[in-house]
Amino acid sequence: MTNPKNQRRIGIDVGGTNTDAVLIDDQGAVLSSIKVATTVDPLDGIRDALRAVLEGQDASLVSRAMLGTTHPANAIIQRQGLDKVGVLRLALPSSTAVDVGAAWPQDIRDVVLGPTAIIHGGHEYTGAEIAPLDEDAIRRLANEAVAAGCKAVAVSGAFSPASPDHELRTADIIGDEVGDALSISLSHQVGALGLLERENATILNASLLTVSHAVVYGFQTALAANSLDVKAYLTQNDGTLMTAEQAAKNPVLTLASGPTNSMRGACALAGVDDAIVVDVGGTSADAGILVNGFPRESTAAVEVGGVRTNFRMPDLISIGLGGGTIVRDGPDGLKIGPDSVGYAVSTEALCVGGNTLTLSDISLAAGRLEGFGDAALVAGLDGDLVSRSTGWVDDQISILADRMKSSRDPVPLLAVGGGAHLVPNAIDGITEVARPSHFGVANAYGACIAEASGSVDKVYSYDIDGREECIEDARKAAAALAVESGADPEDTRITSVSEIPMTYVPGGGCRVVVKAVGPLR
Amino acid sequence: MTITELSADDIESLCVGATLLGTGGGGDPYIAKLVARQALEKHGPVKVITAEDLPPDAQVLTIAIIGAPTVILEKIPAGTEFTTAVKALSDYLGEAPAAIMPIEVGGLNTLLPIATAAEMGLPVLNADGMRRAFPQIEMTVFTLGGIPAGPMSVADEKGNLCVFETTSNQMAETLARTAVIQLGLANAISCYPMTAGQVAEHAIADSLTYCRDIGRMLESVQRNEEGAWDRFLSETDSHRFFEGKIVDLDRRTTDGFARSTLILHDLHGSDQVMRIEVQNENLIAFVDDEPVITTPNLICLLDHETYEPLTTEAIAYGNRCHVVGMPCAPEWQREGVMELVGPEAFGYDVDYVEMPS
Repeated sequence: MTNPKNQRRIGIDVGGTNTDAVLIDDQGAVLSSIKVATTVDPLDGIRDALRAVLEGQDASLVSRAMLGTTHPANAIIQRQGLDKVGVLRLALPSSTAVDVGAAWPQDIRDVVLGPTAIIHGGHEYTGAEIAPLDEDAIRRLANEAVAAGCKAVAVSGAFSPASPDHELRTADIIGDEVGDALSISLSHQVGALGLLERENATILNASLLTVSHAVVYGFQTALAANSLDVKAYLTQNDGTLMTAEQAAKNPVLTLASGPTNSMRGACALAGVDDAIVVDVGGTSADAGILVNGFPRESTAAVEVGGVRTNFRMPDLISIGLGGGTIVRDGPDGLKIGPDSVGYAVSTEALCVGGNTLTLSDISLAAGRLEGFGDAALVAGLDGDLVSRSTGWVDDQISILADRMKSSRDPVPLLAVGGGAHLVPNAIDGITEVARPSHFGVANAYGACIAEASGSVDKVYSYDIDGREECIEDARKAAAALAVESGADPEDTRITSVSEIPMTYVPGGGCRVVVKAVGPLR
Repeated sequence: MTITELSADDIESLCVGATLLGTGGGGDPYIAKLVARQALEKHGPVKVITAEDLPPDAQVLTIAIIGAPTVILEKIPAGTEFTTAVKALSDYLGEAPAAIMPIEVGGLNTLLPIATAAEMGLPVLNADGMRRAFPQIEMTVFTLGGIPAGPMSVADEKGNLCVFETTSNQMAETLARTAVIQLGLANAISCYPMTAGQVAEHAIADSLTYCRDIGRMLESVQRNEEGAWDRFLSETDSHRFFEGKIVDLDRRTTDGFARSTLILHDLHGSDQVMRIEVQNENLIAFVDDEPVITTPNLICLLDHETYEPLTTEAIAYGNRCHVVGMPCAPEWQREGVMELVGPEAFGYDVDYVEMPS
């Protein structure tokens, strides 16, 4: 068998507007890249992108294909293609003070929530049962869900991340009762501690199963249509990989892969592990920070389509500054944004013969922008207005960079996106401003370089087992899971360890969360 | 007439205020917000009364959740544990309650008594024993006033309950903690049974409306309303001590408490460094090793841009924040306060620092 490390990879990113693909060699060099329009059926856009990126290339040298996609995220945002879901919470007699779907926006409740039941079951923090599992109630709910037209059931038990057996038994009982009529999502496979948020994520996951199967089927069909006999992966929210089969079952874990892939791709293209990434589009500038090659994650609860989940997402700050941002100068002084002509900048800006003064016009007049518009059309702009506007832009970017920085130590900054010309070359506290080549396909590149991972989220008793021993146990378990997901044991490393003390829990109870990552074997 | 009503609309502001009064701890009020909202939607608005609205000998019972915040995230309240605890204590005392009172207006325990009052069809008494979060049952102005925490009741959602007679409020803390370890660490406690007359004399008055009002003021600040920040500071007699950025966050787990140290660098570029010592709640803030705010005064961190109050769990490297010192309720200013909740009570060799006037 040939060493897979010597083989090529394809990364694909399906965005709201464009589908990008990139082919890289074993050293990570870009051999070809392409951008095509995103299609409603994921298959068409992916197949076209694959065909284009392989034009003139030897497809037999490709060993892997990685996909990052916004299809599931868009399904939630647009409330389209979502299945109705039956919901079981295994927690009675606890938890009745908060209903299933509490605090959900009404429109998504209407689409997604089918019959729900809070039934006896679930576990205590000690691992003891809260109550024996109510098997009759499971059968009742399964039949109600089928009768109500549900395609899936979401099952969430109290403390299931530590004690999954009630959820697993529930899945067996539903299968016995209604066969394949219902797909099943189990919360311990989807989220971490925090029952309500995990339940929300599990319901969303269940409602996305039809969409995710279409995406994975489309991906695999598109690969076959291009004669690619490769291993297929999807990228997760944290920038690591799942096999296509896993992704079809856990679509909610792929929802936020876009920003992560973009940041990781940009940094890899620039050859750095620690950097601030500023992505400037038509309307906004989004900043994030990579530490040791991974985005710093937000500590705040993440809402998906108005539903609170406990996923960790990249910590991003967004400000209203982009290539299409409208510039006004009047008696009250200079006013820039936050409104923007957005993507219409290519027809609306002064420098392309439009009627709106935008930041792209300012950049062109200031000599920062090349390859867009006609400089003659902005030659008449007042020099003072231009310098005041660039001064404002520089201040905003500088504040944005400082808000993202973790310490006073200077770091590099990567400017990407169509409006990257707005980012000045010198910023306080920034060692250098880099503008990586191929940044237009940073997302697809980020998908391409993603690695396998494993993570552990477990409650330990430090007083009984000792802190060092507990952390070592979690590290070993995470590394073993990463290897199980395909990571090379030789190169698997621990990327994060966090300890969350469980206040008031006896025995020095501490929740330990460890993640291990390694390149695919 | 002092009677007002709390409706589902007030819950949002109370939640913002409760997070601020949690001073970094107190448990995330989010679950309590959902519980209170559901109870109010089901049972209708709750009357908010003061001790003076009741006959002096009327029975007032408190309710709170006791356990571990991390466990409560998995083991969501049933609602019945709270009514069970109240009824058990009321049966033991042979007196039906005329009102439900919070003991801790700050964090998770601010909103739960509202849900219990709604469920029991009782008014909620606009007063409490802390007007901030503290980690132990005995850390109340009631203890300073000589009010015993017992008899008290602890209940779970399954029907297990115990009533304790206790010889000191410290013993009440010890016994309640021991019980909840066996009962699943997400339980209800009703303690400090008092008459309305005792409440009028010893409790911190108007703490629920205070919490709602600071929540509203902060919401105005969050909407960028003109002068709202200055109004918030002056109405609460608070001072902004620092605008800084979190550059270090050391979480330790030496004993049952979540101890940590936060280090902030000055946002405006000076060399000043702020250090905040945390045990569940923010307890002492130093600037360049000089203590500037000490418990029982409140140390509140707010996001620099959004003015959201920040809990210790939500704080991360790089957060930019305002550090505000807020004087504790004046009812704390009496003999014994330092031994009970001053720096020494938490093991710090630091003298109490007066708030600037």
